Amino acid sequence: MRVVALWSEMAKDGAAKLSKNVLRMKFMQRGLDAELKQQLEEEEKRIISDEHWSLDLPELTAKENHIIEARSCVPCEDLVYGRMSFSSFNPEVEKLMLLMNTHKEEEDDSVSRMETDITDEEMARRYESMVESMRKKFAKKRNRSTITKSGEDVNCNVDDNQHKNVFLKPQD
Amino acid sequence: MDTIHACFKDKIGEVLLPGDVFSFRLPESGDGSIKTDKIICGPGLRRNGEEVQVCKSGILRHKQPNMYWIDSQQRRYVPAKGESVIGIVTAKSGDIFKVDVGGSEQASLSYLAFEGATKRNRPNVQVGDLVYGQFTIANKDMEPELVCIDSCGRANGMGVFGADGLLFKLSLGLVRRLLAPQSEIVKDLEKIFPFELVVGMNGRVWVKAKTVQQTLIVTNLLESCENMTSQQRQTLFKRVAEGSL
Repeated sequence: MRVVALWSEMAKDGAAKLSKNVLRMKFMQRGLDAELKQQLEEEEKRIISDEHWSLDLPELTAKENHIIEARSCVPCEDLVYGRMSFSSFNPEVEKLMLLMNTHKEEEDDSVSRMETDITDEEMARRYESMVESMRKKFAKKRNRSTITKSGEDVNCNVDDNQHKNVFLKPQD
Repeated sequence: MDTIHACFKDKIGEVLLPGDVFSFRLPESGDGSIKTDKIICGPGLRRNGEEVQVCKSGILRHKQPNMYWIDSQQRRYVPAKGESVIGIVTAKSGDIFKVDVGGSEQASLSYLAFEGATKRNRPNVQVGDLVYGQFTIANKDMEPELVCIDSCGRANGMGVFGADGLLFKLSLGLVRRLLAPQSEIVKDLEKIFPFELVVGMNGRVWVKAKTVQQTLIVTNLLESCENMTSQQRQTLFKRVAEGSL
């Protein structure tokens, strides 16, 4: 702050002025007002833009192209896949034919639901048994027997039959 | 835009010659407030500023909603991006194979463009092998490039094929007829005997049947289909089917 006050005084006197680079340093900026800061910034910008070269061209806008060129005739005529096999001469190629030609048809339609191999109920049943087996696997040996017992309970009420083996303090 | 489609509509199904021009004045709009449809010009049509010029002689075809092209005949193949062709490997230089596809230049096929190929695990491709691949780059300024995998990295039947069988050349129009969705030629042909067929858009066709004689019969039938009407073709195929059985 004192430096800044000194600087403004010195500037008024016309005596030795501080250079621009010193003024741009951080400790000199702290004392400045907002206005002074803005002025300095504008001056800087003006200097920079004078130095940059720019072309005096009018603004060019890209013309919207209504006409698209397609070089290949495959999308035009909806040509099918090139490898073909008939009367199961080459079963792999026949599989490929089905795959590629239905793939092409699906592109035209919207994305349909994936075909499921098993029904939803089957999936739920399997998931249930999987959860059970995972629980058994990671349960401690003592708890494993209780898990099989409580499997019959539909509501899965956890029974506190087993007591935890706590340290029993010896009674004197 | 209705004006654009109206220009084309009269000429659909008519024979056009190179130099015919379709021009339409689009109304001057301020900020593109009018939503204009895009037209897709297929092979044979070329955009020239705001006009569409015909550059091949043939019949104008149309496909909904906005695709137009010229249906023409030619024997010489010009590589186009996205087309699947049969190529013959002519040279192996460093990391790429040079493949002859019947165009003005040989195409290059990188050895990494096969399914499961890595720097250590090179594909087993020799000079003289037949490859079925797709173009990734094919324009008049650059050397065409082939690949034998799709964008997901799967082969989808592309790559080296053809242990036996016969490769021959057909005209491009006939090849397109063979690859059309409900091709009659193919339907008639499959009734005769079982065989395997690979059709490349560059006019090359590879056929394999159980015996050499059957292969030659299929080859001759395909070559003769070029200039026959469907009636003549069906009688010929019937005669062959009865003869061979």
